[in-house]
Amino acid sequence: MTATVTGTADDVRTAVPAPVPARRRRRWRHRGAEAAWAYLLIAPTGLGLAVFYLWPVVQTGYFSFTEWGPFGGHEWVGLDNYRTLAADDEVLTALRNTVTYTVLGLLGIPLAVLFAALLNRPRLRGVSAYRALFFLPVVTMPVAVAMVWRWLYNGDFGLINYLLSLVGVEGPHWIADPATALYAMVAVGIWTSLGYNIVIFLAGMQSIPREYYEAASIDGAGALAQFRRITLPLLSPSLFFVSVLSVIGSLQLFDLVYVMGGSGQAARANPAFPRIQTVVHLFYDKAFYTNDRGYAAAIVMALLVLIVILTAIQFRLQKRWVHYG
Amino acid sequence: MWKAVRVGAAAVLAAALAVTAAGCGSEEPAAGDEKVTLSYAVWDKNQVPVMEELAAAFTKDHPNITINVQLTPWADYWTKLRAAVTGGAAPDVFWMNGPNIQLYADNGVIMPLADKVAEAKLDLGVYPKALVDLYTFEGKVYGLPKDFDTVGVWYNKELFDAAGVKYPADGWTWADFKAAAAKLTDPAKGVYAVGANLAGQEYYYNTIYQAGGNVISADGKKSGFDDPATIEGLRFWTDLIKNKQSPDLKTMTDTAPLQLFESGKLAMYWGGSWNVAEFGKNEYTKTRVDAAPLPAGVKQATIIHGLANVVSAKTKAPAQAWEFVKFLGSKPAAEILGKKGPIPAYTGTQDAWLAANSQFKGKVFLDAVAYAVPYPVSRNTAAWNDEEFKQLTKAYTGEVAVEAAAKELATQMNALLAKE
Repeated sequence: MTATVTGTADDVRTAVPAPVPARRRRRWRHRGAEAAWAYLLIAPTGLGLAVFYLWPVVQTGYFSFTEWGPFGGHEWVGLDNYRTLAADDEVLTALRNTVTYTVLGLLGIPLAVLFAALLNRPRLRGVSAYRALFFLPVVTMPVAVAMVWRWLYNGDFGLINYLLSLVGVEGPHWIADPATALYAMVAVGIWTSLGYNIVIFLAGMQSIPREYYEAASIDGAGALAQFRRITLPLLSPSLFFVSVLSVIGSLQLFDLVYVMGGSGQAARANPAFPRIQTVVHLFYDKAFYTNDRGYAAAIVMALLVLIVILTAIQFRLQKRWVHYG
Repeated sequence: MWKAVRVGAAAVLAAALAVTAAGCGSEEPAAGDEKVTLSYAVWDKNQVPVMEELAAAFTKDHPNITINVQLTPWADYWTKLRAAVTGGAAPDVFWMNGPNIQLYADNGVIMPLADKVAEAKLDLGVYPKALVDLYTFEGKVYGLPKDFDTVGVWYNKELFDAAGVKYPADGWTWADFKAAAAKLTDPAKGVYAVGANLAGQEYYYNTIYQAGGNVISADGKKSGFDDPATIEGLRFWTDLIKNKQSPDLKTMTDTAPLQLFESGKLAMYWGGSWNVAEFGKNEYTKTRVDAAPLPAGVKQATIIHGLANVVSAKTKAPAQAWEFVKFLGSKPAAEILGKKGPIPAYTGTQDAWLAANSQFKGKVFLDAVAYAVPYPVSRNTAAWNDEEFKQLTKAYTGEVAVEAAAKELATQMNALLAKE
């Protein structure tokens, strides 16, 4: 899943596919020539998707039933990998960590709504400067972000613990202590995605017609009531979009863990590592460090199923709370 | 009619795209006198300049062959190399180490050099026997030794002086080491005696053999981690952590022991002869540190290891690649290496290394060869190395007693060895 940063209010709405009416299929037949052109024009993208996305998925699915030699070459082992998977503590731990990340990561959404609402105030001075500041982490490379946070979090020489020491608190080894590592990483995750989410929400808020607020204030609704009764319901498509992206993004978390928690040998010597390893990191570890590619494929296939299920649930639930219009 | 034209045009376009795509994949095969560029993969950034110097010296004699030195940091080197081999894009020539040689040779990834050595009438006796043996698999040699290294104690003279402790010297023992460690630790200044890094080669492998234990049986079939002597060798380190004479794993995860040593937070650092490059260059360590032999336990021991240059079995230019490896294993190359790099493997060229690093007692590392133990390996060393980290982390954090962790490790390792 790639999130493109072109968030306008319209994009957000069209990002959610409208139900396809059955009639449309019949109409297509009359438009043969036009359809041929349409196919031709989408062919480059379609081909790209097929070759770089769909085909690897199919291949990975196949590999999940194989065992690999140390340098390639594989043999069919049927369901062996899945059987190991079901009984593997490491997978279970990684899954638990990933779910915790995902749930805690959702806390970033109310935070983003709050900041967006503040930045949306009509007479705020220097608003562009604030918006740029909030967006900065989004355009910074994730590895650079993780590296800087790694230094900030350093238990002995980090800025955070230095500031804490000024008020007499001895801070922990944030990313090497099993008790804090997970939360330290969630905080960075939320911080990085905040800017992107704010932009989406700002766009959503600015597409809400002013008249609603005027009418509401004539009827005597205060700022809080307006926010609850007008902004939130009309923002629900953006909320839905962001929550879907946030869940998928959290489930696929890798770079932060890789840079801040380490990989391979370094990860194994990090006592907090079992508490922060995510499913995708485990996949990477199995595929490229211990070279168990078939098993790694089985791990990501399980993750794929999980993502599909969670996203389907979200799409079902949206009917209850998302208002288009 | 238009429709047909349009469809035809689309087909032509698609075909053209397909042809271009196919065109990208093919490469010219390399022939005898043609210009060839060989890729040479290495992992030590400190050695990149001298590797480039060697490459330039080689190109001077072989104008048709240029060498592209490719650095991949140690942490990712083997991961990347395996992926490259799997994808058919292995470098032509690359550094090999003890833990990996048998795996690479056994799977036909690297080229056996025995015939070429015989053809060129090379004498392998110019290299230490332990190294030639390390790179010999099923009777055939697969790599020409490049350098060797032994382990010693690097110590910070300033911190020793401040604590009023005598510098470590020849013949010192575990008891001396522990007494010094107690005096050197200064919690008020955040100074520890030593960093009990979770690493075999520079740390617990040495103490295991010093305690009279072993990592793997001589025939490479059985783990030695359940041997009581081996466990003593491990306890050496877990005790240091327990006594707070070494930072705990959390601290060392945040800041690597090397960085702690280079900022005056560790009085001693167990390191290799290869560290001369780093310590000679670092502003802080340049004048403050020196080397001493490892302390003796039940006996004296240090791990000896060395790298070799190997040729990819799939290289497009095998003749040129061998020519380069042969040059790297030659005396002139060893002399260049010794001046700026690690201890060259070629016997008789080590004086250049000593002279180039005269600010340190480099002889410590050469003398250590007399009692050195070869780096423990088997056919799939990486598999049980991984298990070492998993099990020993628990002992180092104190989560599991060191005996229990070592026994569990032995069980897991024996299971892995049985599969080889």
